[in-house]
Amino acid sequence: MDPTSAWGMVWRGIAALITLAIFSFLWRDNPVYKFIERLWVGVVTGYWTMLLYYTSFTDKVRVPIFEEGQWWYIFPSLLGVLMWFRLSKKYGYVSRYALAFYIGISTGVFIPLTIKTSILYQVQGTIRAIDPTWTGIMFGIAFLGILCSLSYFFFSKEHTGVLGVSSKIGIYTLMIGFGAGFGLTVMGRVALLVQRVIFLRDYGIDLLGGGL
Amino acid sequence: MAWYDRLLAVDRRWIYLILAVAVVIPAIWTMHIPVSLSSEVENVFERVSGIQDGKIMFLAIDYDPSTMAELSPMAEAILRQVFRQNGRVVLSSLSQFGPAMTDEIMTRIAGEMGKVSGEDYVFLGYKPYPAITILAMGTDFRVPFPTDYYGDRVDDHPMMAGVHNFDDVEFVLSLAGGNAADMWIVYGNAKYGVPLALGVTGVMATDYYPYLQSGQLFGLLPGIKGAAEYEQLNESPGDGLRGIPYQTTSHAVVLVFIVLTNIAFFAKRSAQRKHGMQAGLS
Repeated sequence: MDPTSAWGMVWRGIAALITLAIFSFLWRDNPVYKFIERLWVGVVTGYWTMLLYYTSFTDKVRVPIFEEGQWWYIFPSLLGVLMWFRLSKKYGYVSRYALAFYIGISTGVFIPLTIKTSILYQVQGTIRAIDPTWTGIMFGIAFLGILCSLSYFFFSKEHTGVLGVSSKIGIYTLMIGFGAGFGLTVMGRVALLVQRVIFLRDYGIDLLGGGL
Repeated sequence: MAWYDRLLAVDRRWIYLILAVAVVIPAIWTMHIPVSLSSEVENVFERVSGIQDGKIMFLAIDYDPSTMAELSPMAEAILRQVFRQNGRVVLSSLSQFGPAMTDEIMTRIAGEMGKVSGEDYVFLGYKPYPAITILAMGTDFRVPFPTDYYGDRVDDHPMMAGVHNFDDVEFVLSLAGGNAADMWIVYGNAKYGVPLALGVTGVMATDYYPYLQSGQLFGLLPGIKGAAEYEQLNESPGDGLRGIPYQTTSHAVVLVFIVLTNIAFFAKRSAQRKHGMQAGLS
């Protein structure tokens, strides 16, 4: 749909009004904001329900079993049905069989790969030769920061002397990390605001410039 | 009431108003803010530059409309670059609210550049549980996606002949607004060894820099700044570069507030200490 066509302008107008209604919460909570909030929840729930029906139930249950005759899809489908027994007080325990199956598989796959990804590769990336380049120097500083940050969490000895100095450097390293995270968070939140401001501005220009 | 108490107890709506004014200024007054380039973004650009003349990359659009302000500029810049180079792209969308948005971006850009579904790109669509979907795609894209987003059989697309799994694409680039990024690192990179880069929101960026240093990622696009850098490298200004002046003015306001409230905080503490000493003496 052309955004400057009549229908395009109507839909964009609705989006602009909804945006302003959401922003009205900054002043105080109000019925218009509440209505739009509930509208959003309703739309999202409806969208997701239909999406799951067409991307999961249709693809993995209806078509394979009833149209293509792949009967072995019945077994995972039955495990899915077992999950609904959670709604029964008497037979709620039956859902645990399906859960056990699911947790068993996901844990078996996830744990070894997570150890590899988050521990082994990370340690490997941290312990390496420092070359005499600018990158090498930066890596050396980062490596020192890691050691000092770890020493901050060593509570078996009083933080005095060498441990006191290293834990002090460690806390400053952590603060730099938190600061970078905060700055990037501000950037992300402002980006959301900016997108809406640009949207409202462009809509206003199109409206006044003869979009309709 | 002392000046520092008034400053520390200021109604938050004044802050919203001042921030709104700071964001509106660049909307009225055009500003040019230079963007410095970082190696992690240049690495992504160089790898995407290699997707030419029929080569295939995998673009995972793993975000939804709530983070499109930061991530859509990246997706658009990358798709335009790949199509301009006559490269091809396989797409998936592992965020539940992302498929319709991905379809809108994909069809719009493909239409502008005269590209055809099945020949220049294939949009596989959405399946729940990113981890399971990525694991299955490592075997064959057809296992989780026997049909594409539009209901056409993947085998019917000429572009997918001989393209079965991650071994048949140059690399994976995931634009993620949630935990799909972790799933790609754990299941895509660690399990199948697929070369991986991420485009993430600003909030997430610091969490993924360690993976860059360890070599698990070959590149990273951090938030709107990453998008702006990419657009500059690609010489195609879009919403990323357009957003930088707004970012600059609003960050300046946030910095001023941080400095002012810190001054007020230390002034208050100093006054309390002085008051405490005087009370102790009397």
